[in-house]
Amino acid sequence: MFGRIWCMVVKEFIQLRRDRYVRVRLIVPPLVQMLVFGYAATFEVKHLPIAVLDLDHSQASRDLLSRFTFTGRFRIAAVLSNERELKALIGHSTIPMALTIEPGFAALVRKGRTAHLQAIVDGTNSNTALIAVGYINQIAAQFSQDYARARIERLAPPVAAQVPQISLQQRPWYNPGMSSPWFFVPGLIGTITMMLVVNLTAFGIVREREIGTLEQVLVTPIRPVELMLGKTIPFFLVGLADVALITSVGTLWFRVPFRGNPLVLLLGTVLFLLCTLSVGLLISTLCSTQQQAFASGFFFLNPAFILSGFSFPISSMPRAMQLLTYLGPLRYFLVIVRGTFLKGVGLRVLWPQMLALAGLTAILLTVSVLRFRKSLD
Amino acid sequence: MNLRRVAAMGRKELIQIRRDPRSLAIVVLLPLIQIVLLGYGARLDADHIPTCVYDQESSQDSQALLKRFQASRYFDVRKVVHDYRILVAAVDAGRCKLGLVIPWDFSRRVADAGHTAVQAVVDGTDNNSAQLAVGYAQAVVGAYASDVQLEWFAVHRLPRQAAAPLVVDYRTWFNEELESKNFIIPGTVALVMVLMGALLSSLTIAREWERGTMEGLIATPVTAAEIMIGKLLPYMLIGVFDALLCTMLAVGWFAVPFRGAIGTLLVVTIMFLTVILGIGYMISVATKSQVGASQYALLVTLMPTTMLSGFAFPVDQMPVPIQAVTYLVYSRYYVSALKKIYLAGSGVLDLWPQILALAIYASVIGLFATRAFRKSLQ
Repeated sequence: MFGRIWCMVVKEFIQLRRDRYVRVRLIVPPLVQMLVFGYAATFEVKHLPIAVLDLDHSQASRDLLSRFTFTGRFRIAAVLSNERELKALIGHSTIPMALTIEPGFAALVRKGRTAHLQAIVDGTNSNTALIAVGYINQIAAQFSQDYARARIERLAPPVAAQVPQISLQQRPWYNPGMSSPWFFVPGLIGTITMMLVVNLTAFGIVREREIGTLEQVLVTPIRPVELMLGKTIPFFLVGLADVALITSVGTLWFRVPFRGNPLVLLLGTVLFLLCTLSVGLLISTLCSTQQQAFASGFFFLNPAFILSGFSFPISSMPRAMQLLTYLGPLRYFLVIVRGTFLKGVGLRVLWPQMLALAGLTAILLTVSVLRFRKSLD
Repeated sequence: MNLRRVAAMGRKELIQIRRDPRSLAIVVLLPLIQIVLLGYGARLDADHIPTCVYDQESSQDSQALLKRFQASRYFDVRKVVHDYRILVAAVDAGRCKLGLVIPWDFSRRVADAGHTAVQAVVDGTDNNSAQLAVGYAQAVVGAYASDVQLEWFAVHRLPRQAAAPLVVDYRTWFNEELESKNFIIPGTVALVMVLMGALLSSLTIAREWERGTMEGLIATPVTAAEIMIGKLLPYMLIGVFDALLCTMLAVGWFAVPFRGAIGTLLVVTIMFLTVILGIGYMISVATKSQVGASQYALLVTLMPTTMLSGFAFPVDQMPVPIQAVTYLVYSRYYVSALKKIYLAGSGVLDLWPQILALAIYASVIGLFATRAFRKSLQ
C-alpha cells in the first residue's frame, strides 16, 4: 500500500516540475506578495506631505508649525502665500492636507484668548486622514498645554504647577512600533498557502480527468484511498514548505518577531492545510474541466480572502457579514498565526480557533472524501 | 478594415458569450458579488472598539471619564474588571482591543499634583485599528482634561480662555464624514473592470485554438485586425455596462456620493478597458490555452491593481522605489481618476494627467495587440 502511495507521490512531483503554469504559480505570486505586503502595504502615516499658509509670521505660529515636522509624521511640502493657492491645491495635487494660521494668531495666544488653527483635509483617503487628524489633535493639545502653562505662570505664579493635566499614555502591545509589516507578513502565511493549496489540489485532479489519464490510473491496482492520499500528500508537503519559507523570510528579512511556540503554529498549520486540501478536493469533484476548476477556485478564494480579516478588520463589518466570516477557514488560522507570532500566546488562548478549524476541517474532509470516491465511479 | 466583417465577428463573440453560462456569470454576477463583498467587507473604520476597563480608583472623577468612553460611538465598553490579569487575558485573547487603566490615585493627583496619566493598553497587532483607537481615546481624554482645567480655572478665578489657547477647526473636503466605504468603493469599479476584462478577453483567441475553430476562422477573409476589434468590442460594451452597474450600486445601495459626470467616467473607463482588454488579448494569443491564459491574465492585472494602485494602500506612504514602480501600474491612474470623479467631482480637464497616462498606455498596448496575432497556423 505504501509503495503504491509513494509511486503516486513521486509521479505528482514529476508533474509539478513539468507544468509551466504550476511553476509560475508556485514561485511568482508568493514572491510578489511577500515583497508587496512587506513593503507597499502600509496603513502607517509618516512624512505626510502638508501645505502651510502662515499669515501671521510670528514666533508662535512658527513654533506651532515646527512641531508638525518635528514628529516625523508630517513634512511641509508647500509653503503658500494666499488663500487662492490653497483652494487650487487641495484635491488637485498629492498634498492631502493644508494648515492655515490667520493673522493675529500670536496676539491671541499672548492675550490668553483662544486662537484657531484651520486644517483643510482631503478626506478621499479616509483612513490616512483619520490617523493624521489624530496626530494633529495631539500636537495641538501639547501646544495648548505649553502655552496655557506659560500664561498661568505670568498670571498666577504660585498655582502654576497645580494646573490639572490628564494625558493618555499609550502602550501598544505586541507591535510597539505599530508597524504594518508586522501585521501583514504573518498573515501572508495563511493567504498564500490557501491560494496555492486550493488551486494545486483542484487542478491536479481535474487535469487528470480532463486529459484522460485518471482512467489510466484507475485501471492500476491502486485503491481510491491510496489515489487520494497520493494526490494530496505532495500538495500538503508543498504547503508546509511554503509556510516554512514565509516564516523564515518574515522573521529573518522583515524582522517580525516569533514569540510563541512553533509547535502550536505547526498544529494550526496542519489543520489549516487539511482544510484547504479538502476544499481543493471538493472543487475537483464538482468540475470536469480545468477552466471550471479555475472559476470555482476563484469564487471560493475571493470571498475567503476578503472576509478573513487579513487586511480589513472583521469587527468593522456589518453584523450579517461578520456571521459569514465564521465559514472561512482563513479567519481562524490568521488568529493562530498572529497569536503565535506577535502575541506569543499558546493553546490556552487559541483553543477556540483550533477547535473551530478542526470542526470545519472534519466536515469538509468527510464531504470531499465521500464525493471524491463517488466521482471516481 | 471592413466594418461589416468586424460587426459579424462581434456578433459571433456575443453569441458565444450568451451560450456559455460561465461567461454570463462573469459578466453579471461577478460585479455584483465583488461590489457587495468589498462594499461591506472592506472597511477600515474603527467603530465600537471592544474595550475593557480597569478602574483602580472607582471615584466620581474616574467614573466621569469612563462615562465619556461609554458615550462615544467609537468605544464599546464590554468589561469592567477588578484585576489587571483579567485585562491582560482579555487583550491576549483578542476579546478586547483596548484596555484602559485608571490609576488608584487618579482624582487625588488631578486635585493636587497637577499631572496624571491614564494608561491605554492597545492590541497593536492590527496596527491600523490600533492607531485609530489611540486617536479616538486621545480625543476623549483630551476633552475630559480640558473640562477639568476649565473648572479649575473658574475655581482659581483665572480667565476661561487661558485654558484653551488653541483650537483646531477641521474642514474636510470630498469625503466629509471620513467614511472608508467612500474611499474603497469607487476603486472597486477598477477591480471589477480588471477581473471581468482580463478573464473574458484572455479566453478569446485561446478558445478558438482549443476548440479547433481557429482553422475555420483563418480560412475566412477576415483580417487579423478585424478579428481583434470584432472580438474585443463586445467586451468593451460589457465593461461599460458593468461600470455603470457598479456605479448604480455604489450610489443607490451604498450611498457613495457621485459628484462628477457620467461622461467623464465613460471616457476613463473606455481607455482603461482598452488597456486591460489589450493585455488579456495578447496573453490569449501567446498562451493558446484557456486555463493558462486566464491565470496569467489574473496574475498580471489583478495583483498590481489590488496592491499598487492606491485602491486601499496609499501610494505616497510606500517606500520610494515601490512608488516608482506604481507609475508603471496603469490601474493607478484609473483608480485615482475614479476616486476624483466620485468624490471631488473632477472633470476631464482636472484629470488630464490621468487621462494622458491612460491614453499613452492604451495606444501602446493597442499597437502591440494588433501585431500580436497573425493569421497563420504556426
